[in-house]
Amino acid sequence: MEASETVKFKVNGVEYTGQREQSLLDVLLELGYQVPHLCHHQAVTPYGACRLCLVEVQKGKKRRLTTSCNYPLLDGIEVFLDTEKVMRNRRTVLQLLLAQAPRAEKVRELAAEYGVTDTPFQVEDAENRCINCGLCARVCRDIVGVEAIAFSGRGLKKRMVSPYDDTAEDCIGCGACVYVCPTDCIGMKEENGIRHILRWKRKLPLKTCSVCGRPFAPTFQLNKFAEWSGRPREFFDKCQDCR
Amino acid sequence: MDSNRLEQIIDAHGRDSANLLAILQDIQKQENYLPRETLKELAKKLNVPLSRIYSLATFFASFSLKERGKHICTVCMGTACHVRGAPRLVDQVEREFGIKPGGTTADKKLTLETVNCVGACALGPLVILDGEYHGNMNSAKLERVLQPLKKE
Amino acid sequence: MSSKLKNAADLEAYRKRVAEKSRPSGKVVAICAGTGCCAYGALKLAPAFREELKKHGLQDKVMVRQTGCHGFCERGPLVVIQPEDTLYQRVKIQDIPEIVEKTLAGGEVIERLLYHDAGGQAYTKESEVPFYKHQMRLILAHNGHIDPTSIDDYIAVGGYAALGKVLSSMKPEQVIKMIKASGLRGRGGGGFPAGVKWESCRAAKSEDGVRYIICNGDEGDPGAFMDRSVMEGNPHSVIEGMIIGAWAIAHPGKPAGYIYVRNEYPLAVERLGIALKQARELGLLGENILGSGLNFDIKINKGGGAFVCGESTALMASIEGFVGEPRAKHIHTVESGLWNKPTNLNNVETWANVPLIIERGVEWYTSIGTGDVRDNPWGGSKGTKIFSLVGKVQNTGLVEVPMGVTLRHIIFNIGGGIIGGKRFKAVQTGGPSGGCLPESLLDMPVDFDELTKAGSMMGSGGMIVMDESTCMVDVARYFTHFLADESCGKCVSCREGLKQLSLILQRICDGQGRPQDLELMESLSETIREASLCALGQTATNPLDSTLRYFREEYIEHIEQKKCRAGVCKSLIRFRILADKCTGCMLCAKKCPQQCISGEKKKPHVIDQSKCIHCGVCRDVCNFDAVVVE
Repeated sequence: MEASETVKFKVNGVEYTGQREQSLLDVLLELGYQVPHLCHHQAVTPYGACRLCLVEVQKGKKRRLTTSCNYPLLDGIEVFLDTEKVMRNRRTVLQLLLAQAPRAEKVRELAAEYGVTDTPFQVEDAENRCINCGLCARVCRDIVGVEAIAFSGRGLKKRMVSPYDDTAEDCIGCGACVYVCPTDCIGMKEENGIRHILRWKRKLPLKTCSVCGRPFAPTFQLNKFAEWSGRPREFFDKCQDCR
Repeated sequence: MDSNRLEQIIDAHGRDSANLLAILQDIQKQENYLPRETLKELAKKLNVPLSRIYSLATFFASFSLKERGKHICTVCMGTACHVRGAPRLVDQVEREFGIKPGGTTADKKLTLETVNCVGACALGPLVILDGEYHGNMNSAKLERVLQPLKKE
Repeated sequence: MSSKLKNAADLEAYRKRVAEKSRPSGKVVAICAGTGCCAYGALKLAPAFREELKKHGLQDKVMVRQTGCHGFCERGPLVVIQPEDTLYQRVKIQDIPEIVEKTLAGGEVIERLLYHDAGGQAYTKESEVPFYKHQMRLILAHNGHIDPTSIDDYIAVGGYAALGKVLSSMKPEQVIKMIKASGLRGRGGGGFPAGVKWESCRAAKSEDGVRYIICNGDEGDPGAFMDRSVMEGNPHSVIEGMIIGAWAIAHPGKPAGYIYVRNEYPLAVERLGIALKQARELGLLGENILGSGLNFDIKINKGGGAFVCGESTALMASIEGFVGEPRAKHIHTVESGLWNKPTNLNNVETWANVPLIIERGVEWYTSIGTGDVRDNPWGGSKGTKIFSLVGKVQNTGLVEVPMGVTLRHIIFNIGGGIIGGKRFKAVQTGGPSGGCLPESLLDMPVDFDELTKAGSMMGSGGMIVMDESTCMVDVARYFTHFLADESCGKCVSCREGLKQLSLILQRICDGQGRPQDLELMESLSETIREASLCALGQTATNPLDSTLRYFREEYIEHIEQKKCRAGVCKSLIRFRILADKCTGCMLCAKKCPQQCISGEKKKPHVIDQSKCIHCGVCRDVCNFDAVVVE
């Protein structure tokens, strides 16, 4: 993919020039357009799970409905946002998400923006928040490099769990997954010097800073950092502020 | 599973994580299922996160994470078998042995599984018992085929 | 042990040497050894024949050969005596002494072992049996005549001649031109012109010359077993096609091949493995194949039990060691596929067509089928297609016909019509991604585009015939549930959409349908179709859509009248014993798992409806047709 290639494209009739990019969604957001999305984050590869970022793209003679997160910005394309086809499908997707994750606040908010306040579909788990967006696993794998969690099963049974739904033993307790989750369904607590990542059933004792005495990071995590960076273990005995 | 045997399997597949699916198939062939401890060891030996192995083991229908019975009865649920009454055969095994698809009897004698088409559609409904194919099944024939298991 | 063949001339010399041994002048007993016949004990027949022949001193005069799948699985085990072409069906081990004595030694035909049609007429020759007579068996031509575990047999009937021709006298671009001109379209379901795909893959950039050649043997459509039969019965035809493909697409360069076979086909894996080994021994795979400079080998990957792995990007993810989650194909796999290299993936049957086209030419190939592909590779459907004809027909099995014959011809002339004198209701084509077509469309020519226009698709070639005792709502429910289970689960529209659709259909079948359900399903179906990431989701609603289109009354009956006219949906039916037919034999009462049938000996019996679980065992065991469903 030649990243330096200049491309000309249109959005809702307006002409733009840009660089050939991997994600049309990133381009649209940067240009200031509103395109809803839940499973996308600029820092990780697009996944295409939530189907909310739908747009219509005309390329040559073909016009098609597609998600924008994983559509590459190509020369000569015409993008149409919020067409009737896009809105119709987006609303049904929101209705499906409301039925899957009734307790997800973010989904409710987004749905309300598009006029969807309830769902004709059956709710199976009234307490569920998770929408299977996969961001937690992708961040853990691609950015943190640990891959402690991954989807299990497939189809109706697809769930994001730690292996065997037991303690995620590779998890270093960094909390990146908690930060990136759009529906706040992972949960992190710190009590009595222990960091607890709830959904992955991971409890890690925190190291206290050798200078200021504040508990700042799980010991397990610091050991890993020492291992990966090659720095001496003592380097990580001080918290970030005291280093 | 014996640690050396696991090493052998990993070596046979070039110690390549791209061959994880084949490695898991070899483990199940020997152990009749995928034991948790073996998968943990595999993760360490191959330097692959356990989550990825668990993902593979739960995505593909041919794997079982639970111990399976001495005998495995598989009922084909393909379309041709379905229109010829395959679901009733599954019900029959459920009634007679008290297990649902995927389940194993308490005495670990029999595991009931279903599969989505084995390609013997002209002979449906089809039941495979311990690798042997039985075609044109009905309730009476199924009873006969399972009879020796009851006696065991 | 044969040494490697150095060039095309070497191959021809080898062919002459093995021809006599493989094509004997005496009699041959060809025993079908496909999965179906093996299920009926076919593997025990060959040794039994050999022993019996020894007893008669005929072991040197008659060759016993296990062959690939003959395709008429319902009548297995099948034995064909050559050169007379005598077909014996449902052969048991006890029949063998009689066959040897009467037929092989005595030259007589055994009437009861011949195929008889519904009217009672017997047919002696395989080629005259209606099931076979109306077929055009090109891909399956050798299935009944060669031992799939013998490369010599394949070479003796002309195998690898196409490869020899290509490697000694055709440039890669010429091969691609030929395949394009032939109009060969993908036989796995996509119907994409193979030549165009090959051309794009060759044109795609590859810095290190690596290109992947993949055979999709993940035939997951329930009811389809064509690819199984080809892989088991004539594996070399597929291998030859792939080597020709490697030359055309990736030479000069570094092509590498994969055959992805689904886990549920152990015999296919075994036969392919043997074939690859033998091909390597002769130098037809490996380095400098037939002195052309082509380096190419093939590896077999077994699937793990996932229908979605038939989708090309999911299949490639699986080979890479990941779960079979498809990805969006805005960048095509011919440019960036397996391990981000240019990859050409084709179906088993597509590959098997290649040697045929090379050998017999474009003019011959394009004379078979429909349309005109001279200026437009999409302009027609050329060649033959193998269909697996199953369900409520007299003759179930594999049917190979030229594209363009009608559904009526396949179902009635070849299939022999509906069993039990019942009425034809629908035919489901294309597997779970296809749709159900009604009686009014029976005269439709079967080709890629016609089927799609009617709301179905050719798919991989599954053809399931249904009669009045099939409930179309149950069929939609079955396929939707299948797809919901097999969905990879990545995208919301497919995963949640199919789940909800499945729940609604189950409710309707359980007698709890609501009037608004039809509209709800239709709008949901639109989103699943339009907003899903891959072809599984995008075609997942075809069973629902086609049954709603052609059998809407049944849905309305289920919802409004709580009635299932076909007598299938458990909550909407009752089993009843007809007093005037019941002889009081007490068999049903004994077998009833609920013990809810009561009656005295020799007096009509009655089912206690409050306890009945609709298992159907009483109907199964009754010898007097006294149990009816209503």
